[in-house]
Amino acid sequence: MKTEREIGVGDGRTEAELEAGRRSRVLMKGNEAIAEAAIQAGCDAYFGYPITPQAELLEWMARRMLELGRVFVQAESELGAINMALGAAATGARVMVSSSSPGISLMAEAMSYMAGSGTPMVLVNIMRAGPGLGGIGPSQSDYFQATKGHGHGDYRVPVLAPASIGEAMELLASSFEMAERYRTPVMLVADGILGQAMEPVDLRFRTPERHAFDWALTGAAGRPARIIKSIDLDPEVLEKRNLDLQHKYREIARHEVRWEAWQLDDAEFAIVAYGTAARVARTAITRARERGIKVGLFRPITLWPFPERELARLSRRLGGILTVELSSGQMVEDVRLAVEGRCPVAFHGRMGGLVPTPDEVLGALKALSGHHAHTPPPRVRGYEATELFEPDYPAHSGARRGGRR
Amino acid sequence: MTLHTPGSATPATAAARLIYHKPDVLLDRSTHYCPGCGHGIVHRLLAEVLTELDLPAHTIAVAPVGCAVFAYDYLNVDFVEAPHGRAPAVATGIRRVRPEAFVLTYQGDGDLAAIGTAEIVHAAARGERITAIFVNNGIYGMTGGQMAPTTLLGQRTTSSPNGRDAALMGYPIRITEMLAQLPGVAYAARGTVADVPAIGRLKAMIKRACQIQLNSGGFAIVEALSNCPVGWGMTPLQSLEHLKGPVVDAYPLGVIVDRGLGADTHPAAGTACPAPSHPEA
Repeated sequence: MKTEREIGVGDGRTEAELEAGRRSRVLMKGNEAIAEAAIQAGCDAYFGYPITPQAELLEWMARRMLELGRVFVQAESELGAINMALGAAATGARVMVSSSSPGISLMAEAMSYMAGSGTPMVLVNIMRAGPGLGGIGPSQSDYFQATKGHGHGDYRVPVLAPASIGEAMELLASSFEMAERYRTPVMLVADGILGQAMEPVDLRFRTPERHAFDWALTGAAGRPARIIKSIDLDPEVLEKRNLDLQHKYREIARHEVRWEAWQLDDAEFAIVAYGTAARVARTAITRARERGIKVGLFRPITLWPFPERELARLSRRLGGILTVELSSGQMVEDVRLAVEGRCPVAFHGRMGGLVPTPDEVLGALKALSGHHAHTPPPRVRGYEATELFEPDYPAHSGARRGGRR
Repeated sequence: MTLHTPGSATPATAAARLIYHKPDVLLDRSTHYCPGCGHGIVHRLLAEVLTELDLPAHTIAVAPVGCAVFAYDYLNVDFVEAPHGRAPAVATGIRRVRPEAFVLTYQGDGDLAAIGTAEIVHAAARGERITAIFVNNGIYGMTGGQMAPTTLLGQRTTSSPNGRDAALMGYPIRITEMLAQLPGVAYAARGTVADVPAIGRLKAMIKRACQIQLNSGGFAIVEALSNCPVGWGMTPLQSLEHLKGPVVDAYPLGVIVDRGLGADTHPAAGTACPAPSHPEA
């Protein structure tokens, strides 16, 4: 891996040298590019715990943050890391934490507290395959976790999903902006491929503007004491707190929805996919168009807020939608909610760390485009669920135990 | 201020001298603590020490989950709420980005000695420059008096109705002694609110633990043995006798370790202190 001097982000360079560096394209690993983007975005403190496939992010931070005189702590656990982030963020610092799926599960508790108390933070999840310890291959099986809530309570967290390393770098700056603008944790989710792969990136970094926070804990000198908390035992007060949160989420949904449309102008079919799945989909779309299937890509960039209005509008003129994910089909539920039956919605996905091939996706597209006129909508899968989940449980033992026939 | 005593034969002419009063940092509110609970005493001692060291305007405190969850309602300093047991991690985050702040945690024994053991052990191991106040009443008070890791053997609680049985429920944890083993711990001491002389000694411990932070000494913890009359099923007076007897027998009082770090006169409160230095083992 190149050092920061080679990629032109180190200290002690002239502005011209820095500018030249920024213009250059370099080959960077996703985890390291994300880490450097956070540093360039003004991240004051990073807290982490080693886990594959995001360990390089922690390692990059370990070196760079200390070089820059900023805060890096390798915590005793993901619980420790995110609660350190909670404390640092409560003082108004720009804070990032990263982990991978099993670690994010441990962080769910503090995410709920931070959402409830309005504490900004950026959390990066380099997703790996689950459930449980699962594996270290790429996955998008944390979509539900990211978009439907990690911890307890009525809260949402904006979720940004890049499809390239360069986009991840830009979205990281946006994540800090959103976190501070709305006083909320923000998640950036990328599958393990985006964390582990190397690709050429433009070294264009962005540092969001700093704002003074009238809520930050700095010591109550010359002002009333401030409290950052989520507890309110009075139900009326707590409902008001919740209503304020819901208002915030409506504002986020109104202003922050992001998506990309590609080759949709003349499309009769669309693939809905994000992250690495969207890149596979692009290849499949190119091949499908060579075969005369008019298909384009609808790529959600914000997974929450989901671009539901835009997808609903699109679905009115489509013959069918194929959702492709590195999961059993999680985002497809939001696709179906947005489409509301206006066109068939099929799904193709792989699990366990496997990635669908363009030809698999092409096959699913062919099936969809050939059958879209018929009802019910086709069930397109990358695997045979019935075979995988053939019930070979022991015969129901309750009756035997009970001794009744 | 001159006091004129009405009804007295001669007006009082000597100037009255105020020698004791409620520290301003202690807010004028009635607390939610049960009658006879020791938390109020510890709050008061903390308020006095913060005032004496001119710290309230520089303090960022971390409130726990448990009986002291509303500590921010009583102490007029900046507060952040921590998830259950995580106060030392939250304090670490504050410490690292705010080197000039005075960082304080306040936890009970369920919070610190059960669910938060990893956080307290590692904050201590890192020698985080924070002051930890640990109120140990040997029970989960807020949730209705269940057994804690600190509950005495034989003690009846709502979750050990026949008394704590070592074979089933293990032994009480002396966590402050455990922490004292760590070289990052500059100071570890145990006091109690059981009687007035002990309260005076407890205050001296809290003051020392705060001064160590100001002098960059490292991690400092003061365990305050306290009572829970309701949870223990006793009157307040009975609970204080119990505290002085079997509780102190199980948890000996005194300074467990004082590595002499940060012993010099402390710099003016609010001046930036260097990052924690980690003494060799």
